[in-house]
Amino acid sequence: MNIHEYQAKEIFRKYGVPTPRGRVAFTVEEAVEAAKELGGSLWVVKAQIHAGGRGLGGGVKLAKSIEEVREWADKILGMTLVTHQTGPEGKVVHKVYIEEGADIRKEFYLGMLLDRAAEMPVMMASTEGGMEIEKVAAETPEKIVKVTIDPTVGFQGFHGRKLAFGLGLPKEEIGTFIKFAKALYDVYMENDAEMIEINPLIKTGDGKFLALDAKMGFDDNALYRHPDISEMRDLDEEEPTEIEAKAHGLSYIKLDGNVGCMVNGAGLAMATMDIIKHEGGEPANFLDVGGGANPETVAKGFEIILKDPNVKAIFVNIFGGIVRCDRVANGILEATKITDVNVPVIVRLDGTNAEEAAEILKNANIENIIAAENLADGARKAVAAAKGEN
Amino acid sequence: MSILVNKDSKVIVQGFTGKEGTFHASQCLEYGTQIVGGVTPGKGGQEHLGKPVFNTVEEAVASTGATVSMIFVPPAFVSDAVMEAADAGIELAVIITEGAPVRDMMFAKMYATKKGMSTIGPNCPGVITAEECKIGIMPGNIFKKGNVGLISKSGTLTYEASHQVVQEGYGITTAVGIGGDPIIGLSYKQLLPMFEADPETEAIVMIGEIGGDLEIQAAAYIKENISKPVVAFIAGQTAPKGKRMGHAGAIISGGSGTAAEKMAALEAAGVKVVVSPADIGKAVKEVLSK
Repeated sequence: MNIHEYQAKEIFRKYGVPTPRGRVAFTVEEAVEAAKELGGSLWVVKAQIHAGGRGLGGGVKLAKSIEEVREWADKILGMTLVTHQTGPEGKVVHKVYIEEGADIRKEFYLGMLLDRAAEMPVMMASTEGGMEIEKVAAETPEKIVKVTIDPTVGFQGFHGRKLAFGLGLPKEEIGTFIKFAKALYDVYMENDAEMIEINPLIKTGDGKFLALDAKMGFDDNALYRHPDISEMRDLDEEEPTEIEAKAHGLSYIKLDGNVGCMVNGAGLAMATMDIIKHEGGEPANFLDVGGGANPETVAKGFEIILKDPNVKAIFVNIFGGIVRCDRVANGILEATKITDVNVPVIVRLDGTNAEEAAEILKNANIENIIAAENLADGARKAVAAAKGEN
Repeated sequence: MSILVNKDSKVIVQGFTGKEGTFHASQCLEYGTQIVGGVTPGKGGQEHLGKPVFNTVEEAVASTGATVSMIFVPPAFVSDAVMEAADAGIELAVIITEGAPVRDMMFAKMYATKKGMSTIGPNCPGVITAEECKIGIMPGNIFKKGNVGLISKSGTLTYEASHQVVQEGYGITTAVGIGGDPIIGLSYKQLLPMFEADPETEAIVMIGEIGGDLEIQAAAYIKENISKPVVAFIAGQTAPKGKRMGHAGAIISGGSGTAAEKMAALEAAGVKVVVSPADIGKAVKEVLSK
């Protein structure tokens, strides 16, 4: 789960990670009030969406007067912001963050995530603040300093020194930086964060370090023990069909093709997308019905797939283990009763109770249900059906 | 022969009396696995599925001589259960539970390693030595005995691969579902040498997916150390960047962890890489009839 910048900064402050002062606003009036409350003579109006590149997309603006805060808040609230991370359709801005202006002397990058090879958290810093870290890693990897931190001993002074000297900080700033990095480590560990990015981390004219931006993601499996963070979930930032699928125990991701897929198991679901492409088609979605597939979840799966008007055929690919094929077959019949399944459905059921399932489907004698012999046969038939060939 | 487990392996079940534990333990017993008991704190002294229940893993090990534990406890208690098994001298813990927090698994694995216990999973189908010992949730009947070793991140793709291998007239020595979480126990790099050393295994199938770099590490290892033919399939060739595909670890982040780079690395290591998941069986036949 991801959260907004203003929420991440709230968490930062609790742990003593310094940030500029700011207030979130849902309306223009609230934005103006926030600016007045913060005081000063320079503010930043920042669109709050779950995507990077907001500045380039026109979602971050400097305001030199309360009037300008009003103007920018009015422009940004309700706009559809398109950045390299939102996709071409963009995201509608529902809230802005009003922050006091900062005296930026230098910009850095500081981030944390799990180093999967080391099986420990890693903190990364770079002098290339404001740049996309993936780009820095690809083009000038020597500009990134990394420290993996053994969580059984925690963040030590030497971790901080390695980063600080790596960034070329002068001696008198090392202590302040280490304090900042140590606090960030605590934020990461204590909240089961999956990723934290501060880009840029700035050094101000008076030698302070401030998190000017903040991006945080959390381990979904650990949210149960962080009710305060679970509350930060913003459903406006998620695909409505993906939320609906999740509520029914399905894992669904919409894609751009026209062959709908219903599969059990994440790996087989990906492999099904791959074989559709391999056979010359384009998958319309990723859908894992999970281990507990029953007639209701299968019917729900059809309903969700068919919400996508691009879908011209559906490939049901089930390898029954715990999931029994006869139950899936009944689910398909159930679905045709509840939902208007108006496209060809190619069904490949193998594994536990596959023969019973074939019998059930055969006896039902539904015109647009086409049986497939195996994985390749099913993919071929589904691609052909989506193209209108039979 | 086989790897990791066989008909003589003595297995206990942690989370024995729960719904999942009960169902799958009885399936394993039916398959012939030597399940010698189970652990459910507070139910020690009872009998379940005809086997003794213990309060602690330590008691279970002392009383039964078990060396393997199959873990079904709920996600919030998984790391505790894994560490208890390690502390009690279990040699291999097979963690089936889905949804364990990454931070918990990080600590649990460190502790297990320190105690000399190997782990498989979490969030995996388990391990099966065909027609001898099933420790997990896979449908046993798909795994006919044969000469192909199988390592896979995905459950249902493991079944698919085994099914194809069997249809081509071959069979499986041992199949290991390693799971697709960000932190997992035994992986390709540790399992490949076991299959290389197993006289019955003549070819190895490895199923990978997007995310992380375990397959890249495996490729480097295969190039230097594996003489037996390896067939590989990587799922997620068509997966979009930045989207988590079901498994917590299956995500292309920052352009790395793609199927294309993994396939290229494996091919460069001399592995027979198939593009279509329907060609796994055929590829096995091809490498074995050379």
